[in-house]
Amino acid sequence: MWLVMQKEIKELLRDRKTLFFMIALPLLLFPAIFGIAMYFGGQAVEKARSEVLTFAIVNADQAPVLSQALSEQELLDRVEIEAGADISEWVKQGGADFVIEIPENFGNNPLETGQVNLKVYFNDAGLNMVERRIREVTDGIAEENQAQVFDLLGVESDKRSGVLEPIVLEKINVADKREDIGEKAGRFFPYIVFILCLQGAMLPATDLGAGEKERGTLETLLISPIERHNIVMGKFFAIAISGVVSALITVLSMAVWGAGLGYALVSFGGAAQAIVDFIAAISVFDFLLMFLMLIPVVAIFASALLSLSIYARSFKEAQGYMTPLVFVVIIPVVMAMLPGVDLEGGWAWVPLTNVALAMKELIKGTMDYFALIPIFGSTAIIAGGLIYFSIFWFNREKVLFR
Amino acid sequence: MIEVNQLAKRFIIENPKKLSEQERQDPRLKGRFFHSVKNVSFQCDNGQVLGLLGPNGAGKTTTLRMLSTALQPDAGSVVINGVDVIDKPLAARQKLGFLSGSTGLYGRLTGRENIAYFGRLHGMSEDAITARIKELADLLELHEYLDRRSENFSTGMKQKTNIARAVVHSPEVVILDEPTTGLDIMAAQTVLDFIRGLKKQGVPVIFSTHHLEEVAELCDRVTVIDQGETRFSDTIDAFQALSDTSLSDSFLTTIAREA
Repeated sequence: MWLVMQKEIKELLRDRKTLFFMIALPLLLFPAIFGIAMYFGGQAVEKARSEVLTFAIVNADQAPVLSQALSEQELLDRVEIEAGADISEWVKQGGADFVIEIPENFGNNPLETGQVNLKVYFNDAGLNMVERRIREVTDGIAEENQAQVFDLLGVESDKRSGVLEPIVLEKINVADKREDIGEKAGRFFPYIVFILCLQGAMLPATDLGAGEKERGTLETLLISPIERHNIVMGKFFAIAISGVVSALITVLSMAVWGAGLGYALVSFGGAAQAIVDFIAAISVFDFLLMFLMLIPVVAIFASALLSLSIYARSFKEAQGYMTPLVFVVIIPVVMAMLPGVDLEGGWAWVPLTNVALAMKELIKGTMDYFALIPIFGSTAIIAGGLIYFSIFWFNREKVLFR
Repeated sequence: MIEVNQLAKRFIIENPKKLSEQERQDPRLKGRFFHSVKNVSFQCDNGQVLGLLGPNGAGKTTTLRMLSTALQPDAGSVVINGVDVIDKPLAARQKLGFLSGSTGLYGRLTGRENIAYFGRLHGMSEDAITARIKELADLLELHEYLDRRSENFSTGMKQKTNIARAVVHSPEVVILDEPTTGLDIMAAQTVLDFIRGLKKQGVPVIFSTHHLEEVAELCDRVTVIDQGETRFSDTIDAFQALSDTSLSDSFLTTIAREA
C-alpha cells in the first residue's frame, strides 16, 4: 500500500497541473479575493465621494433657501429641466444625476406647513452618494426650522431631543466584532474551502484511476503480487494527502493573507482593519480544529472521486462524472448558509453541513466543542463507508475492464 | 510449465440494446450473458514458445487476462509450475511476467523508476533491483535513456522499458498479448529478440499474435482459439502440416473445419 502511495505522490509532485490546483490556487485565491475586494471597494467609494453630481430642481421658487444651499455645494452642479418634462424619464436618459421636486406646501415653518415631502428622482442601483449629499443640506435647514418652532413654543433646549424622539431604543450588541464578522464571513469560508479541497483532490483522482486505464498501466498493476485493497488504499491516501495539503494551504493562506493584506491595506479604511482584527481573534487552536475537521471531509471526497475515476474509461469521462460531484458538495454547504440552520440537534449529524456549520462557529468564536463528537463521528462513518465501497468497486471486473 | 484446462469466462451484457447486429448474431451470446471463453485448453512446457492465434474477438485477450490473474475464470484451471492461479493468485503473480502492445509506462517517472517500482511490488530488495536493472539495461541497451522521464520516450524505448519492467522479477512464465501490435519494425524486433532470449533461458512464453511469420519464426507450439473454444493445439510442425501452402491456410483450415 505504502509503495503504491509513495509512487503516486512522486508522480503527482511532478505534475504541474496538479501542483497548481493543490498549492498555487489556494495560495493565490485568498489574496486575490481580499485584495480585489478591498481595492475595487476602496476605489468605488473614493470615486463616489469625489464625483461631481448634476441636479435639477422642479418648483425651485417654492424653496429659495434650499435651492441656494444646494447650488452652493462644491460637488453639486445645477442644471435646468424643461417645465412639464417627465422627470423619471429625464433622469433615466441622463439629464442629471438627480432631480428634487419641491411640493407646493414647502416652507420653513413646520407649524404652518406640517411635514413636507421632497421627491428625489435618482438611479439608486449601485453605489452612489445622492442621498448623503442632499441630506448634508436639508438636515441643516430642517434643524434650523425645528429650532425656530421650539423657540416659538418655548421648549427648553434640553427637552427638545425628547420632543423629537420621545422613546429611544438603545441597542447593546452583545456580539463582539469577531462574532459579527464571523456570522457573515463564516457562511462563505466553508464553501471556498470545500471547493478547493475537492478541486485539490479531483485532478490526482482522475490521474490515479482513469489515467491508469488510459495509459495502459492499470492491468500491469492489477497483476502485481499485491492485494487489490492495498492498491486502492495506496491510491486513496495519495488523493487524500493531495486534498489535505490543499486544505492546509487554504486555511493557512486565509490566515496569513487575510492578516497580511489587511495590515497592508489598512489605509483603505475600516474594512481592512476589521479583517485584521477578525483574523487575529481566531486562535491557532481553532485553525487547527478547522484543519482536523477537513481530514474526514477530504476522505469522503477522495474515496468518492476514486470510485468515479476508476469506473471511467478515460480522463475525459472521469471529469464528466466528477463535475456533478461539485454540486453534491455545494448543496450541504449551502444548507449551512440558510437562516435557522445551526450546529444543533440533527444538523450536527448531517455530514459536510455539520463541518460547514462548525467552521462558521469556530470563526465566530461560539463553538460548542461537544458538537465535535457527532461531526467527526458522522463524517468518519461516511468516509469509511465510501472507502469500503471504493475497495469493493475496485474488485469488480466490469468496473476495471469496461 | 503452464497448464490451461477447460477455461471459461462469461460477461454480463449491461445493455443488450446497444449490441450491434453482428454481436447479436454471435452464438456465444446467451440471454444477458456473453460467453467470451467457453472451453480453452493448452499446455506450454519450459523452454517452449506457444503462439496463441485466433480471429479478432475469438477470446485470446480474455484467455490471457485469466492466465495473468487480471480476470477470474468462471470454470477451468490454470496451473503455473504447480501453483493454481485461481487458488493462489498472489503466488501465481510472482511467477508471471506480462506485456501487451498497449501496455503503458508511468510518464512522469523515469525508465529506471518504472522498472524499480514493479521490482518493489514483487518484493525485491533495493540491491537486487539495482543489480537487475543494470543487467536488463545491458541486455536491452537502455542505459542512454534509463534516467529520463518516460513520457518523452519513442515507441521503441517504451517497449524496451516495458520489457524490462515485465521481467524485472525474473518470472517463471511470460505472457504476451499482441506485443508487437502498433510497434514499428525496430520495436517489434526488440520484442521478438526478447522472446528468443527467454526461450534460451528455458522460460515458457505464451503470446497472442496475428503475425504468422512471427509464429513460424519463434513458436514450438500453436493453439488456435475461435468462438471462445480451442480449435487446434499442437506442435508447430503439426500446424504447418495442416496445409501444403502456407501458415495462413493452416490457420484458416483450423477455423473452417470446426465451423
